[in-house]
Amino acid sequence: MDFRLNEEQRMLQDTVARLVRGEYSSEKRLEFSESEAGFSLHFWKQLGELGLTAAPFSEDLGGFNGGGVEVQSVMTELGRGLCLEPYLQSVILGGGLISQAGNVSQKEAWLGGIASGELQAAVALQEPQSFYNLTDVETRADKTDGGYLLNGRKAVVIGGHCADVLLVSARTSGDARDAKGISLFALKADSAGIERRIYPTIDGFKGCDLVLNKVQVSAEALVGEEGQAAGVIEYQSGRAIAALCAEAVGVMEVANELTLDYLKQRKQFGVPIGKFQVLQHRMVDMMSALEQARSMAILAASVADQEQSDERRRVLAAAKNVIGRSGQFISEQGIQSHGGIGMTWEYNFAHYAKRLIMINHQLGDADFHLERYASLLQAS
Amino acid sequence: MNMNYTAEERAFRDEVRAFLDEQLPADIAAKVKGFRHLSKEDHQRWQKILSAQGWYATHWPKEYGGVDWSPVQKHIWDEESSRHGVPRSIPFGVNMVAPVIIRFGSEEQKQTYLPRILSGEDWWCQGYSEPGAGSDLASLKTRAVRQGDHYIVNGQKTWTTLGQYANMIFCLVRTNTQVKAQEGISFLLIDMNTPGISVRPIITLDGEHEVNEVFFEDVKVPVENLVGEEDKGWTYAKYLLTYERTGLAGIGLSKAALAHLKALASRRIKNGRPLIEDTVFSQRIAEAEIDLTAAAISNLRIVASVEGGGMPGAESSMLKVKGTEIRQAINDLARRAIGPYAIPFVEEELDLDYQGEFLSDENAAPLSAHYFNNRKLSIFGGSNEIQKNIVSKMILGL
Repeated sequence: MDFRLNEEQRMLQDTVARLVRGEYSSEKRLEFSESEAGFSLHFWKQLGELGLTAAPFSEDLGGFNGGGVEVQSVMTELGRGLCLEPYLQSVILGGGLISQAGNVSQKEAWLGGIASGELQAAVALQEPQSFYNLTDVETRADKTDGGYLLNGRKAVVIGGHCADVLLVSARTSGDARDAKGISLFALKADSAGIERRIYPTIDGFKGCDLVLNKVQVSAEALVGEEGQAAGVIEYQSGRAIAALCAEAVGVMEVANELTLDYLKQRKQFGVPIGKFQVLQHRMVDMMSALEQARSMAILAASVADQEQSDERRRVLAAAKNVIGRSGQFISEQGIQSHGGIGMTWEYNFAHYAKRLIMINHQLGDADFHLERYASLLQAS
Repeated sequence: MNMNYTAEERAFRDEVRAFLDEQLPADIAAKVKGFRHLSKEDHQRWQKILSAQGWYATHWPKEYGGVDWSPVQKHIWDEESSRHGVPRSIPFGVNMVAPVIIRFGSEEQKQTYLPRILSGEDWWCQGYSEPGAGSDLASLKTRAVRQGDHYIVNGQKTWTTLGQYANMIFCLVRTNTQVKAQEGISFLLIDMNTPGISVRPIITLDGEHEVNEVFFEDVKVPVENLVGEEDKGWTYAKYLLTYERTGLAGIGLSKAALAHLKALASRRIKNGRPLIEDTVFSQRIAEAEIDLTAAAISNLRIVASVEGGGMPGAESSMLKVKGTEIRQAINDLARRAIGPYAIPFVEEELDLDYQGEFLSDENAAPLSAHYFNNRKLSIFGGSNEIQKNIVSKMILGL
């Protein structure tokens, strides 16, 4: 048994780490966040040129068939830098959905661009009523001559404000919350009838809600078989959960480093506050929370690209549950350990704290995954 | 044992309710209940209404224009205020510096400042914390050196809540460096318009400007602005902090936040059913409500114990810890109740006059920001760690 990264994986992680350090600082992050794209176009281009956006894809797309561990290496470093680029949305989720379910012409149309970073995908799988349940789909796709007519609303599409292609789930048959009857469509972002309500997110990203008002698409927009998208969506969301867990670990690492540093430097009552046992124990608990999270992120990465099974489902639900709880603990206790300074915009810690809480709201929070895990419990 | 209000107390409660029903402006109450930020004008408008009723200075003796309510009456007022959406009173003038002036100030200070607090002419802020003096407040370094009829003040204060609105600040300053830290501190009243004072905003993680840094550079303060005796400021400071601590538990505010949470969870949908019917989520709400019930009774026990006079002791520290934890838990649940919609930050919906369509729920926009902002509850007013130190020392003798 060996939990260490191999030579290539270590080089990959070091490369991303170096790039992030070169591009990001808290001031620059704020600039990127407030720009129209909401992230660094320059950095995104760089990730593309160095083949990093292609990592999970095949060699003919410029990639190296990177699996869970390679994605983990990239995402952890993006997490450490609190990076805003749409790697999770475009490369992992968008690219993953098309890779798994798309036909030859769809792959030709989209994957090359997604892998090179020249095209950006966003996924629109949630709806206002869906909470975190991706089979709760009310958006309708009704068959028309040679295509479909889409009507409905998709919620909190991170990166949807500037994506070139939108992957949208819609119901072609079945009742609310049936897994069967959900279809997936690849929509050009400028298709007629798509309205966007664009907003910043509280953790510095950008996204939008989409109103689909009589959006006419051709039959070629259907990704995979009609009515059979639930399994694909579940599988790729699983890969995304593993990636998000890795990102969260990077965020937690820096949050803990900043907190530990503060405990050593900040003096009250004539000594560094890290001399107080109550704060020592809290810091130890924060470290344990990170290590629990790291273990689950590793486990999640190991199953991310495995064939679907209840065991894979259990691992991913467990991982996201631990990440949610650890992240919130580190966020809140880190703020408390800092005192007022941990709540200020000027000090980087606050932004790490916010990101950790918001990761819990992406792809299902700790309670959602607790419930999911419980429903998959094995009696023996 | 009798846990009911007396007939007089019930009559008082009815009077309070009638007053609030009639006089509390609906727009202000809506802001408070929806966790929106109040403007300076909102606070001043409400203060004028309270002053006209004679109910502004709940902690003052009658002779200075206070209402002289009993602890139970104050409790009733707090409960009804939270329920109706009364703005949190800005405590720095009326509930903090005023009791100190009344107890330790000169006759001239009483006559100058108390009426101006009652009328709203002065807006006070608090100059206690410094960058190097937080939990260890006595290590403060802002210097005041006597020069003839003035003190010359140099230094920096921080976390000055709503200092951007204030025209007066009460400050702890060091007047003697030759003695033990606590023994060289004085309590000064300083006009914010004095040359040499500058205020710099601190933006918090939710993007709000609520707190400030205040810088003092050769600021001339007349000696008559010294409260009590030179170098005795620490005694006054501690007296003030006991006033600050009562009420920090925020039981009434938690009750209001819980009602808000239950309404929200009834509107939000999960798997086609109201979220409040969800097994896990309803149990989380139930747990918060149970904890709050217990804390509310603990609060009443403290209130009843001081009914005959005196100030609550270290028990109020225990209640501050518990009360702030409960309120933070409720804020956490409210954020979680909106699921993925906790992520967008739709600032325009924070405006009460917002006429557009709400992204998700009419009350969703402030929830994440409010959750983050209220992480301050366990930090300010003496961090919860410091409160626990007080309890372990004063009650447990450890």
